[in-house]
Amino acid sequence: MSDKSPLGATARPPKARGERSRGASVALHTTLAVASLIALFPVLFVVFVSLRGRDGWQEPTRFVGFDLSNYTHILGETKFLTWFGNSVIVSLGATLLGVFVAATAGYAVSRMRFPGHRSLMWTFLVVQMFPMAVLIVPLYNILGELELLDSYLGLIVTYCSVSVPFCAWMLKGYFDTIPAEIDEAGRVDGLSPFGTFWRLILPLARPGLAVTGFYSFITAWGEVAFATQFMSSEEHYTLAVGLQTFVGQQKAEWGLMTAAAVLIAVPAGAVFFLAQRHLVAGLTAGGTKG
Amino acid sequence: MTTAVSETGSPPPPGPLTRAKRSFDTHWYAWAMVLPVVVVLAVLVGYPLGRGVYLSFTDANEANVGRTIGVNHIAATYKSVGLDNYWKVLSGQEGHFYSRLGWTVVWTTSCVLLHYTIGLGLALLLNRPLRFRALYRVLLILPWAVPAFVATFSWRLMFNEKYGVFNAFLNTLGIDPVDWLGDSTLQKVSAVAVNVWLGVPFMMVAILGGLQSIPKELHEAAEMDGATPWQRFRHVTLPGLRPVSGTVILLGVIWTFNMFQVIYLLIGQGASSESEILVTYAYRLAFQGVRDYAGSATYGILILSLLLVFAVFHRRTLARQEATR
Repeated sequence: MSDKSPLGATARPPKARGERSRGASVALHTTLAVASLIALFPVLFVVFVSLRGRDGWQEPTRFVGFDLSNYTHILGETKFLTWFGNSVIVSLGATLLGVFVAATAGYAVSRMRFPGHRSLMWTFLVVQMFPMAVLIVPLYNILGELELLDSYLGLIVTYCSVSVPFCAWMLKGYFDTIPAEIDEAGRVDGLSPFGTFWRLILPLARPGLAVTGFYSFITAWGEVAFATQFMSSEEHYTLAVGLQTFVGQQKAEWGLMTAAAVLIAVPAGAVFFLAQRHLVAGLTAGGTKG
Repeated sequence: MTTAVSETGSPPPPGPLTRAKRSFDTHWYAWAMVLPVVVVLAVLVGYPLGRGVYLSFTDANEANVGRTIGVNHIAATYKSVGLDNYWKVLSGQEGHFYSRLGWTVVWTTSCVLLHYTIGLGLALLLNRPLRFRALYRVLLILPWAVPAFVATFSWRLMFNEKYGVFNAFLNTLGIDPVDWLGDSTLQKVSAVAVNVWLGVPFMMVAILGGLQSIPKELHEAAEMDGATPWQRFRHVTLPGLRPVSGTVILLGVIWTFNMFQVIYLLIGQGASSESEILVTYAYRLAFQGVRDYAGSATYGILILSLLLVFAVFHRRTLARQEATR
């Protein structure tokens, strides 16, 4: 989104005010470089430790003994791949279902005035405040009665309830920025309201969808509390649960933990960088007009 | 959209039934589109909430709640105890509610304050023509891309007393190792540090968007009038950011108040710890030892009420600021 913003230096003729003294430039770059380093350091450190073999973590400042044994071990001798698959299924399911449900609601709230409109917006906000502590026990009981405990579906719908309100809220803000004339044109051409939404508005709302999809995915991918209680058999663990088994009360396999951490962070990072171009646009549209 | 227009000028006042029918005719489309959300929220949030409220008035725990073992169904035997749970918690008889609440408030305030100021600072720096701007932005957003539980574990490793990288650095400087996660004060500082690291990118990105939505003309006009950079920041930038700030601070407070993973995975899994916030404590009540469902539900409802009060208060303040402007 930065390419079209009026901020680029080329957008206006050079003025004295835009220029910085050399000192200011150095200070600016130093600050940003230091901040970037702080942001980067934990990530690099984990990658570094993961490459140091099983016991390399005990000597965090030495640069010897690089090998891939941690990776081969977790891929070959633990259930990591199963957990990984579980996380993928659950996160993708929650994202697709959540974004679709949130998008229809966001569109309706954005374009139509109907009884219940305001209270729905309020609900979206209030549900954000629900601590999982108040929901987890009743949900545990409900899912138990429906025999959805320890199943993908149970976790997927649970995650939807977490992410849908925020997504609907943000998408509503994003739909607000799309001119209503587009809808009218669609209606004139004989599309149903849902057709308008599906064929015209959704393609235009791609940045907003990217942000909400990203949000849902990351929330589900990194959720700990529900997954820890709901997924009881090792076959159904998600990564967030599985990772805890490496560093428990009795053992501390930090080498394996770091290798797993790297492999977990890579897909999340990939999704992130696909979405990040849209993040600023999507977030502010949702944030300011929510 | 046409549905937004209500039929005006229909002379005879319609009866409630006709009105309901007409309302349905006009709005059924909108309702159909929000139906999935309403169903999801009703089943997964509304009903559990109702049940949570109900449980908080009972003495339900693992032993007396109904369950099915094999083919035998054991009926629930818990009973209503009225406001007993709330009284026990609020009078401070159990659970050290007030000390935990105090720490939760300190935790939330310090985290959100640091998130916001650091995020604002970085956004201001990034919001100017600058070489490597895109690179800086990607690097600074990176902590957001890392799942929180992964990041928390990484920090736990770095904080490790014996083998952690921080103590290794201190060691080379000749300073004795520090027990980052053992001492209760340091524990808290460490937890705040981790959460700040995790939360700054969101604030930065949101504020950056807010900065870009402030019309350039305002800055130029202020400059023409001879405003200093500080004055421009104080009187143009900050007011222009108000809508974004209001939203992100509200969200930040809610999310931090309920931030489970950092505390739970960094410190809170062991025995009773002073650094637990309300949410992690409620979780522990529900799932550790004899599962105290009622007590956990009570805590949950109290947390929710606190946040609701805060949200209403926050919106009031924002509205008043808007009005006085």
